[in-house]
Amino acid sequence: MLGTELQVERKRLLDRPDRHGHPSGRGARQHRERWRSSLLLAALLFAPPALAQSRDDGFLAALGELREASFLDKERVVERLSQTGHPSTRAVITAFLEDRLYVRARDQQIFIVKSTDDTLTSFALVDPVSLQDAGSGRRDDLTKIGTNNRLRKLLRTTIARFDLSSPNPAVKLAAIQEMLRGLDQESIALLRERVGVETDAAVKEEIQTGLALAALDGNDPRARLEAVATLAHRLRPQVRNRLAGVLEKAADGTFVEPDEKVRQAAAAAVRGIDRSRALYAGVETLFFGLSVGSVLVLVATGLAITFGVMGVINMAHGELMMLGAYTTYVVQLALPNHIGASILVAIPAAFLVAGLAGVIVERTVIRFLYGRPLETLLATFGVSLVLQQSVRSLFSANNRSVETPAWMSGTLQLNDALAITLNRLYIVIFTLIVFAILLVVLKRTRLGLYIRAVSQNRAMAQAMGIRTEWVDAMTFGLGSGIAGIAGVALSQFTNVGPNLGQAYIIDSFMVVVFGGVGNLWGTLVGGMSMGVVNQLLEPYAGAVLAKIFVLVALILFIQRWPRGLFPQTGRAAESQ
Amino acid sequence: MSATAQRFLTVCSVAAALACPGAALAQATIKVGVLHSLSGTMAISETTLKDTILMLVDQQNKKGGLLGKKLEAVVVDPASNWPLFAEKASQLLEKDKVAVVFGCWTSVSRKSVLPVFEKDNGLLFYPVQYEGEESSKNVIYTGAAPNQQAIPAVDYLMKEVGVKRWVLEGTDYVYPRTTNKILEAYLKAKGVKAEDISINYTPFGHADWQGRVAAIKKFGSAGKKTAVVSTINGDANVPFYKELGNQKVSAEDIPVVAFSVGEEELSGVDTKPLVGHLAAWNYFESINTPANKAFINQWHAYIKNAKRTTNDPMEAHYIGFNLWVKAVEKAQSTDVEKVLAALPGLEVPNLTGGVAKVLPNHHITKPVYLGEVRADGQFDVVWKSNGTTPGDAWSDFLPGSKDIEADWVTLKCGNYNTKTKVCSGQSYK
Repeated sequence: MLGTELQVERKRLLDRPDRHGHPSGRGARQHRERWRSSLLLAALLFAPPALAQSRDDGFLAALGELREASFLDKERVVERLSQTGHPSTRAVITAFLEDRLYVRARDQQIFIVKSTDDTLTSFALVDPVSLQDAGSGRRDDLTKIGTNNRLRKLLRTTIARFDLSSPNPAVKLAAIQEMLRGLDQESIALLRERVGVETDAAVKEEIQTGLALAALDGNDPRARLEAVATLAHRLRPQVRNRLAGVLEKAADGTFVEPDEKVRQAAAAAVRGIDRSRALYAGVETLFFGLSVGSVLVLVATGLAITFGVMGVINMAHGELMMLGAYTTYVVQLALPNHIGASILVAIPAAFLVAGLAGVIVERTVIRFLYGRPLETLLATFGVSLVLQQSVRSLFSANNRSVETPAWMSGTLQLNDALAITLNRLYIVIFTLIVFAILLVVLKRTRLGLYIRAVSQNRAMAQAMGIRTEWVDAMTFGLGSGIAGIAGVALSQFTNVGPNLGQAYIIDSFMVVVFGGVGNLWGTLVGGMSMGVVNQLLEPYAGAVLAKIFVLVALILFIQRWPRGLFPQTGRAAESQ
Repeated sequence: MSATAQRFLTVCSVAAALACPGAALAQATIKVGVLHSLSGTMAISETTLKDTILMLVDQQNKKGGLLGKKLEAVVVDPASNWPLFAEKASQLLEKDKVAVVFGCWTSVSRKSVLPVFEKDNGLLFYPVQYEGEESSKNVIYTGAAPNQQAIPAVDYLMKEVGVKRWVLEGTDYVYPRTTNKILEAYLKAKGVKAEDISINYTPFGHADWQGRVAAIKKFGSAGKKTAVVSTINGDANVPFYKELGNQKVSAEDIPVVAFSVGEEELSGVDTKPLVGHLAAWNYFESINTPANKAFINQWHAYIKNAKRTTNDPMEAHYIGFNLWVKAVEKAQSTDVEKVLAALPGLEVPNLTGGVAKVLPNHHITKPVYLGEVRADGQFDVVWKSNGTTPGDAWSDFLPGSKDIEADWVTLKCGNYNTKTKVCSGQSYK
C-alpha cells in the first residue's frame, strides 16, 4: 500500500538524532506517529472498502483491550486509538473520559452509553465503531471501564488535540489551555500548524504563549529573547515558572541559559509577573474578605432588627437560619429537575417559613417577656433547642446535601492571575440587594414607619393609634424572615444540618454589637470590615488564631466605644 | 417519621426491654457493650457502627450464641460528649458487667475512656484509624496505625504520582496533629525540603475554605507536582471539597488524599466535583471478594435499606467481633484476663481476602488500599499493598517514639524503651 511505503520513508527521516543531539525521543516518536495517522487519514479518502474494514478491525481490537487492561495499559490503548485515525475516536475518548464506556457482561462487547443518570435502570447503547444506536442494555449487565487521574489527564489532552480545529473559539481556547498544562512536541507541532490560520485574537494569543514557551528551548538566542518578550505579559504560573527556570544554574554552576541578555530580560519579566500577581492576590484577598463579610452581614441583618430595633436577645436566631436552609433543601426535593430555579423559589419560601416561625415564637413566648432580657434569653435558648430537635426528628441528625445550581458554580476568570468564584460573587450581590430592600422597607413604607415609631417611643406610638402588638409581631417576623433568607445563602456553602445555626449565632451578635445596636449601616460596615480583617489575618495567623485576634480586637473596641461603630443618638437612645 | 428516628426508637425500646428483665436474664447471657455516640456531631459516623455490632450479635445468636449462651448487646449513648464517654464506660463495666466493649471513634473519646478500662480491667475493641503512639493492655486496636494508612499513602503519591510538594491540611486536634508530625518527619527523612511542606490547621466544622484553597492553589503553582494530605475530620470536608471544585482545583492537578473520608461520609454529598481525589483505607466497599459481597448483603438485609454503604471502621468491627468470639472460644471463658491472653496470634479472615492477625502490641495486620473517588461516591482501588502490613503502635519516624516498643506477650508492657530498658509508664502503663 502506498501509505505504508511513505510511512517507512518518513520513519527513516525522523529517526535522525534530534536537534540536541539526543537520539530520537518520545517527542519525535509521537511526531512520527502523528504523521502516520494523517497519512492514514489521507489514505482513507481513496480507500477501498476493505481498508476501512481493516481499520475498523484495528480500532475494535485496540478498544477490546480496554476490558482487561490496567490503568497503565489503558494509557497505551488510548494512544493507539488516537493513532488509528478512526472517525469515531473522539466520541469514544470523550465517552471514556465521561465514564460512559461500558462492557456488556453477556458478550464482552464494548458500548458507549448515552446517559448514566441514577434513575435509569437500562442504558441506551451506542456502537463505538459506527456510532449508531445499538439498542439498550440493563444496568446490572454493564460494567464501566474505569479511569484514574493520569488517564483522565491523557484523555483530556487527546481531546484537546481534536478540539483545536473546532469552529467554536471558546472550545479552541479551552483546548489550547489544556495543552499548555503539559506541552509536548506533538502539541507544539499542532500549535505551529494552527498559528498561521487562526483568526480569533484570544486563541492566537494563547497559541503564541505556547510557541514562545517552546521557543525558549530553541537554539537561536534572538528567538529566545523574543519569546521572553512575548511571555513577559502573561500572568500564568506555568509561564512564570518557565521563565524562572531560565535563571537557574545547572549542577556545574553554569547558567542554564547561556545568553546574558536573555537572562536579564527573563529576570525583569519574572519581577514584572510577580508584581502583577501580588497585586491580583491582594485584590483576591479583598474579595474573599468582602464575601465573608457579606455572609456576616446577611446573618446579622435579621438580628439587627430583632435585637437592634426591638431589643430582644433572640438566641433562636441561628435556628431560624437553619429553617431557611432546610426550606431550600425541601424546595430542591420538590423540584428535582429544576435545581437552578429552585434556589430562586427557595428565597421567598424561606422568608415565609422562617418569618412565620418568628411570628409564632413572638406571639407565644417573647411578648410575655418584653423588658426582661434574661428571661427572654433563656426562653429563646429553649426555643432554639426545640427547633433543633424537631428538625433532627423530622430530617435525621445527618447533614442534608443541597446542590449548587449550575449557574452559581464555577469561576469568573478575569485574567490569568485573578479568578472570582461565582457563588461568592452572587452572595455579595445578594447581600447588598437584601440590605437595600430592607432599608427601603424601613425608611419608605408604612410598616417601616410604624416599626421606627414603636422602637423610639412605644407609649407615644400607641397614643397615635398604632397597634403596637401587631407591629411587634411583624417586626419580629421581618427579622426572622431575613434570617431565613440568610439560611438559603448559607445552604450554598456550608453543611445543612441541625447545628447550622449555632455556628453563626455568635458571629451575628458580634457584628450587631460592633456595628452599633439599632443601626443597619453599622451592621453593614461592621460585618464587611470584620470579614476583610479576618481574611487579611488568616494567611499569617491561621484560621484559629485569626478568629481569636478578631474577637480580642472586638472586645477592646467595645471597651473603648461601648455603643459600637455607629452609636444611636438622640433622646430615644439616651433613655435606653 | 424518618428512618433514623424509627431506628432510634427501636434501639431505645430494645434497650428498655433489655434493662427491665435484665436481672432474670443475667445468668444466661454474655453481655456485649456498645459505646458509640447516637446523638451529637459524631452520630453521623458512629450510629452505623452501633448497628454493625447489633447485626453481628444477632448473627452470632442465630448460630447458637457463644459457649452455649446467648449474646446480649448493651447499648449506651455517650452523645459525642467526651467526659460522658468515661461515665458510660464505667457504667458498662461496673454496673452492667459487660464482657467486652466495642466503641469510640474520635481519639479524644478513646483517651477519655482509657483510664476507666485500665482501672476496671475491661476490654475495648477500637475500630477507627488513629494516630498511634499508644498501646494499652485493655484495648485491641482494629483500626489502622499511621504505618498502615498515612505512610503508605504518602509513599504512593511520592513514587507513583511523583509528588514533590506537600500540603498537610488538618482539623485542629490530636489525631491530625500527631499524624502530621509523623508525616513531616517521614517526608523530611525522604529528602523533602522544609519549604516544600506546608502544614495548616483549621477548627472543627470550618466552613469558609476560600482563603485556604487559594493558598493551596498558590502553593501548588510553583511548578512542582503538589498533593494535599488531608486529615480534615467530620463535616468540614464537604465545604472543603466544594471550594476545591469552585476554584477549579482538579484531582489531576492537585490530588487530595484523605484519611477520614469514606463511603459513609460521601453518601449524601454531590461527589461529581470530587472525582479522582484519593482516600487511603484498609477496606473499600467496592472491593470485589465473596466475603465482602456477603457482608454487604447481610448489612443491607439487616438495615433494610439497599442504599446504605459499608466502610472501613465497619470492617474493623467485623474483624474485632470475630477475633473476640474466637478468643472466647479458645479461652473457654469471657474473663478479660483469659481472653487477652488468648488474643495475640489469633487470625481471622478480613473482608478483602486477607488475614487479620492480632499482634503482641494489640494492633492487627491489615492490607492498605488507595482509592480514587468515583462519581457515584464509591472508590476505585488504584493501589494496594503487597499482602498485609503489621500495625506499629509507636512510630519509627518520631524521635521520642522510635525506641519504644509495645509487647503484651513477652514484655508485658505497652511502652518499653529499648534504650533505657524500662517500661516507662508513659501516658498509661
